[in-house]
Amino acid sequence: MDRFSWTTGLLELGETLVIQQRGVRLSDGEEKVKFDSGVLLLSTHRLIWRDQKNHECCIAVPLSQIVFIEEQAAGIGKSAKIVVHLHPASSNKEPGPFQSSKYSYVKLSFKEHGQIEFYRRLSEEITQRRWESMPTGQAMQVNKDSQAGRIRAVGIVGIERKLEEKRKETDKNISEAFEDLSKLMEKAKEMVELSKSIANKIKEKQGDITEDETIRFKSYLLSMGIANPVTRETYGSGTQYHMQLAKQLAGILQTPLEPPAGRDYEVPGLFLSPVLCSLTQEQGGIMSLTEVYCLVNRARGLELLSPEDLVNACKMLESLKLPLRLRIFDSGVMVIELQSHNEEEMVAAALETVSEKGSLTADEFAKLVGMSVLLAKERLLLAEKMGHLCRDDSVEGLRFYPNLFLTQS
Amino acid sequence: MHRRGVGAGAIARRKLTEAKYKERGTVLAEDQLAQMSKQLETFRTHLQAFASKHKQEIRRSPEFRLQFQHMCAAIGVDPLASGKGFWAEVLGVGDFYYELGVQIIEVCLALRHRNGGLITLEELQQQVLKGRGKFAQDVSADDLLRAIRKLKVLGSGFGTIPVGGTVLVRSVPAELSMDHSVVLQLAEKKGFVTVSEIRESLGWETERAKQEHLLKEGMAWLDAQAPAEPQFWLPALFSELHGQEGTAGP
Repeated sequence: MDRFSWTTGLLELGETLVIQQRGVRLSDGEEKVKFDSGVLLLSTHRLIWRDQKNHECCIAVPLSQIVFIEEQAAGIGKSAKIVVHLHPASSNKEPGPFQSSKYSYVKLSFKEHGQIEFYRRLSEEITQRRWESMPTGQAMQVNKDSQAGRIRAVGIVGIERKLEEKRKETDKNISEAFEDLSKLMEKAKEMVELSKSIANKIKEKQGDITEDETIRFKSYLLSMGIANPVTRETYGSGTQYHMQLAKQLAGILQTPLEPPAGRDYEVPGLFLSPVLCSLTQEQGGIMSLTEVYCLVNRARGLELLSPEDLVNACKMLESLKLPLRLRIFDSGVMVIELQSHNEEEMVAAALETVSEKGSLTADEFAKLVGMSVLLAKERLLLAEKMGHLCRDDSVEGLRFYPNLFLTQS
Repeated sequence: MHRRGVGAGAIARRKLTEAKYKERGTVLAEDQLAQMSKQLETFRTHLQAFASKHKQEIRRSPEFRLQFQHMCAAIGVDPLASGKGFWAEVLGVGDFYYELGVQIIEVCLALRHRNGGLITLEELQQQVLKGRGKFAQDVSADDLLRAIRKLKVLGSGFGTIPVGGTVLVRSVPAELSMDHSVVLQLAEKKGFVTVSEIRESLGWETERAKQEHLLKEGMAWLDAQAPAEPQFWLPALFSELHGQEGTAGP
C-alpha cells in the first residue's frame, strides 16, 4: 500500500473515467487497513479510491505501477476480490498514507459486488495502456453524487436489486457525462490553439489587419471565452455585443435614474416591472454598478449578463454619446450616473444636510437622503476632497463635519 | 548600362510587390478567420449535442460543475466571461453563476449593518440557500467562490480572505491589510480576541494590537465590560460559533 499517493481525486485533462464502483474495501496485502468503505474509480491513467464518508480522504495509484491482477471468487461471508500486484514505488512518488509496506500487492474487496465488470475494465485498461498516449495536466475532481449514507434495504431482495440497478444507471450516466465532457474539452482546446495562431499572425503583421477583421476576431474570442491575446485591452471590450448592451442599458436605466418629473417615457426594448419604476424615486441620478447588475439581471430573468459584460458595456456609454456615463471614484467604486447628473452639485446639497445636523456618518447620511451607504460614503468623501467637509476618524466610526476651517477663517 | 534596383521604375515596382504581399497577408488573415468561423460553428454543434444530454447535470451537480470549471481553466477558457459566450448561451452555465452573484450581493447587503461587510463563506452559503427556497439546487462553496471572483470586477469591493479553517467574504471597499487578516485568523476559534492575545501570539506592540480599523469599519465590536480586559468580537464569525456548539457532543 505504499504505492498509493494522496490525491484530490480530480481527473486530469486527457484522463477519462472508465468505471466506478461503490462499497469497496482496500487492504494492504493480507492486512486490513482503515480504508474500509469507499468508491473505487478506474480512469485511463489511475486507480482511485475515495472514502464514502469522508470525501477528502482520497488516494490513487497510477495504472503503470500494476504488474498484474487476479480475481478471487467470493466465499461464505467473504466478498469477491481483485488482487492487484504492484511494482515497487518510484522514488519521486507523491506522499501517501503509507511510507512502507511488507506487501507488494493490495486487495480490493467488492462488498457491493461489481467485481466482474470492474475486473474486465481494469484488464482492458492495463492492456491498452491508454495513459501512455494521453498526456495529462492538472488534476480534476470526480466527486460523485453523495450516495454515501444511503441505507441498504434489508431482506427485500427485489427492492434492493432495483435500487442497485438505479444506482448503476446513475453511475453510468455520470461516467458518460464525464466522458462526453472530456471529449468536448479536447475540441475546445483546438479552438484555443487556433485562436492563438491567428493572434500570432496578427501580431506579426502589426496593423495590416483591418478593423473589421479585428472586430470579427474579438467576437469569436467572446464566443469561446478566450482572453484576447493580441491587444492588452480588457477582454471583450469593443465588440458589437457590448455596444448593443450599452444602448439597452441606457434605455433601462434612464427611468430609474431620473428624478420624478411627471414625464412619460417609452423605454425601448425591455419591459420594466413595477419594481424598477419605484426606483425612480430612490436613486436620484446615480447607481453603483452592483446595484445596476442586480437590477438588470433581475429584470431579465434569463440570459443574464456577466459582470464583465456590464463593465465593458458601461465603458462604451460615453463614446456612444448615451445619456448615461460610467464614473470611477478614487476608492475604485464604480457608478453609473446620468449625464445631467452633477455629483459636484450634489456635494453642495450634502454640505447643507450635514450642516443642518451638525455632523453625520455615512450611515446616517444614507438614511436621511435615501441612498445606499456605499454611494453616501462616496459623496461625503468627495465633499471632503473638495474641501467642504472635515472628517472625525475614531473607533466610533467615520463622521463628517462642515469644514469650519474654510468658512470661518 | 542599365542598373537594376535603382530609379523611379524600380521603386514603383518594389512598391507594387510590397502591396501585393500586403494584400496576400490580409488574404491570409481572412482565410484563417473564415476557418475559425467555420470551426466555431462546428464546435457550437458539439456543444449543443453535449447540452442536450448533460445540461441538467450542470445545474444539478456541484461536482460536475467543478469538473467542468477545472477543465475550462486547464485549456485557457473562461466560461463565465460573457453571457454572450457559447458556454452561457448553449450550456446555460452563465445564468447559474450570474444569478448566484445577484443573490450573494443581496445577502451581503442585507447583513452589512450587522457585520460591517465581512461574512464567512459558510454563513453566506446558508443564507443564499435559504433565499433560494426548498426546491432549489445545491450550491457548493466552489460555486460561491467563482461567482464572487466574477463580482470583483464591479468595483464595489468584493473579495475573499482566507482565514485559518474558513474563508471570509468581504463586500465593501474597506482596505484590509495583512495585519487585519492575521487578527481575523486569531479570532476565528472563539469569535473574539483581546489585545493581550494579539500581543502574545503575534508579538505586536499595544498600539498595533488595538483593532481600531476593524472597529471603525464595523467589522469588530468592542466588549469593554469583559472580565479580564476588553474583547474585540467579530460578528462575521458568530455563526461559526453556533455551528460548533451544535456539533459538540459525544
